[in-house]
Amino acid sequence: MAIPVEQLADEMYEIIKESAGVKKLKGGDLTKAMVAKYGDEVSRADAKAAIRMLIDSGRCVYGYFGGSSIELPHSEAAENK
Amino acid sequence: MADDLKTPLLDELEKGPWPSFVKDIKSLAGKKEMAKDLLRQLEKSYEDKRGYWKHGGLVGVMGYGGGVIGRYSALPEEFPGVSHFHTLRINQTSGWFYTADALREILNIWEEHGSGLLNVHGSTGDLVLLGTRTEELEPTFRALTEKGWDLGGSGSDLRTPSCCVGPGRCEYACYDTLSLAYNLTHAYQDELHRPMFNYKYKIKMSGCPNDCTAAIARSDMGIIGIWKDDIQVKPDAVAEYVDSGLDVQGLVVENCPTGCIELDGNEIKIDNSNCVKCMHCINVMPKALSPGKERGAAITLGAKAPIVEGALFGSVIIPFMKLEEPFEEVHDLIERIWEFWDEHGTNRERIGEFIERVSLATFLEGIGEKPLPQMIKAPRDNPYVFYEEYYAEEGEGEK
Ligand code: HEM
Ligand code: HEM
Ligand code: SF4
Ligand code: SF4
Repeated sequence: MAIPVEQLADEMYEIIKESAGVKKLKGGDLTKAMVAKYGDEVSRADAKAAIRMLIDSGRCVYGYFGGSSIELPHSEAAENK
Repeated sequence: MADDLKTPLLDELEKGPWPSFVKDIKSLAGKKEMAKDLLRQLEKSYEDKRGYWKHGGLVGVMGYGGGVIGRYSALPEEFPGVSHFHTLRINQTSGWFYTADALREILNIWEEHGSGLLNVHGSTGDLVLLGTRTEELEPTFRALTEKGWDLGGSGSDLRTPSCCVGPGRCEYACYDTLSLAYNLTHAYQDELHRPMFNYKYKIKMSGCPNDCTAAIARSDMGIIGIWKDDIQVKPDAVAEYVDSGLDVQGLVVENCPTGCIELDGNEIKIDNSNCVKCMHCINVMPKALSPGKERGAAITLGAKAPIVEGALFGSVIIPFMKLEEPFEEVHDLIERIWEFWDEHGTNRERIGEFIERVSLATFLEGIGEKPLPQMIKAPRDNPYVFYEEYYAEEGEGEK
């Protein structure tokens, strides 16, 4: 049984929330975490769709510091108001 | 011109017969606070011998993870005009062909929403719009997309594919660089706008080994036009060059890196089995010599500038591939490479570094390609590829 994309998105969101301020996560890290948990029940395409859902809904945003990451929306230290 | 703008150090850069970015920015300084403060902050940097920019990692437009490079001034009180100074990369057209109207369109949008300064083109290939504020990003993006423009890549994504003018203007083109760049840009929109790789991945396309996009040195994946058969020779035109006084012996024959050309009176003989396709003879005698008829491209992997690790040059991974629409063979190769790199690469590891770490042999096995002698980068660079049969001999089981 394939895991629904909505469920993947929710679980990814929890992982991102837990790592906020500790570790920056890439799309690949999230995909690998889901594959580690559910094995064949998660396809790369579904993991991609889940990330797309997080970004397009505004629950998460892309960040960049050296490499790209997926983060909770927040204001950053460098920002000038 | 702004009267209160004093930039004696920058003014030095206006001297001499060369174009000057200082002159350019000054031409906008009377109209745009952003241009004026850009010059003032740069003058201070020259005085103090340090930069005053801060990186902004979160700015962008909704849904996109690339295309905007965030910058803030470290001295916003002193230089409020550049308190925010974000850059947008705009996906260039294949081969950089524009109409004057198209350029005017972009300039009008940029004068309204940003500094009005642009760099055409950046070393990435994109049209680079320099300097705007965070709250202007979405309106700029909307204005651009309404006219059919889109952002280019940045961050850990597929960077905007870039190509030479190719068959648009150049007889040397061994494949249609313009249409391949267009095709790859459209095929990989997700990879371009939604960073999902370990690190950046640049594809540059040159129509022949002259490599006008410098793909061999500047792209993770270079697609460089090449031919397989013999250089085409027009004997009459060779004779004409000789008669006109061109030193064919000195300039062509003796400069061939493999010494595979011979001149006999008015006649040229090429030992094509020893030609390394360097383009030298063709470049010197374009009317007489041209690439062969069996054309395609060689594909290189791994070039990069020094950031995390040192600089690397690209090396050949596919010696020859025919390139024709709909380019399925290229898509297939690209996807095999991405999948293996995705699975086994580490954070911020470029494809060239990845291959060095896991070894060429492992990489080839991972993407399902066979080792070939053309993959050897340099003399004594030994890939030590082991064939399955050798393992079998060691008793690892029957095949
Ligand atoms: C005192 C004796 C010897 C010394 C000090 C010596 C030293 C060397 C050195 C420094 C190299 C270059 C290694 C490299 O480029 O990384 C080399 C290469 C080589 N040596 Fe010797 N060698 C000696 C005897 C021999 C003998 C007796 C043979 C063969 C019977 C031999 C065969 C070779 C070969 C085939 C190469 C590789 C050449 C190439 O790849 O261009 N050497 N040797
Ligand atoms: C236990 C025995 C041996 C070990 C551990 C050994 C190890 C090595 C190593 C590590 C290299 C360098 C490979 C590289 O370039 O990355 C090498 C190269 C070489 N070895 Fe050996 N070797 C052994 C025996 C021999 C013998 C018996 C011969 C010849 C009679 C020999 C001839 C050579 C030659 C000619 C090269 C240079 C190959 C080249 O040009 O790339 N080796 N060996
Ligand atoms: S790379 Fe070759 S085909 Fe492309 S513009 Fe340069 S010379 Fe012409
Ligand atoms: S292309 Fe280069 S290697 Fe080939 S014949 Fe001409 S000069 Fe020699």
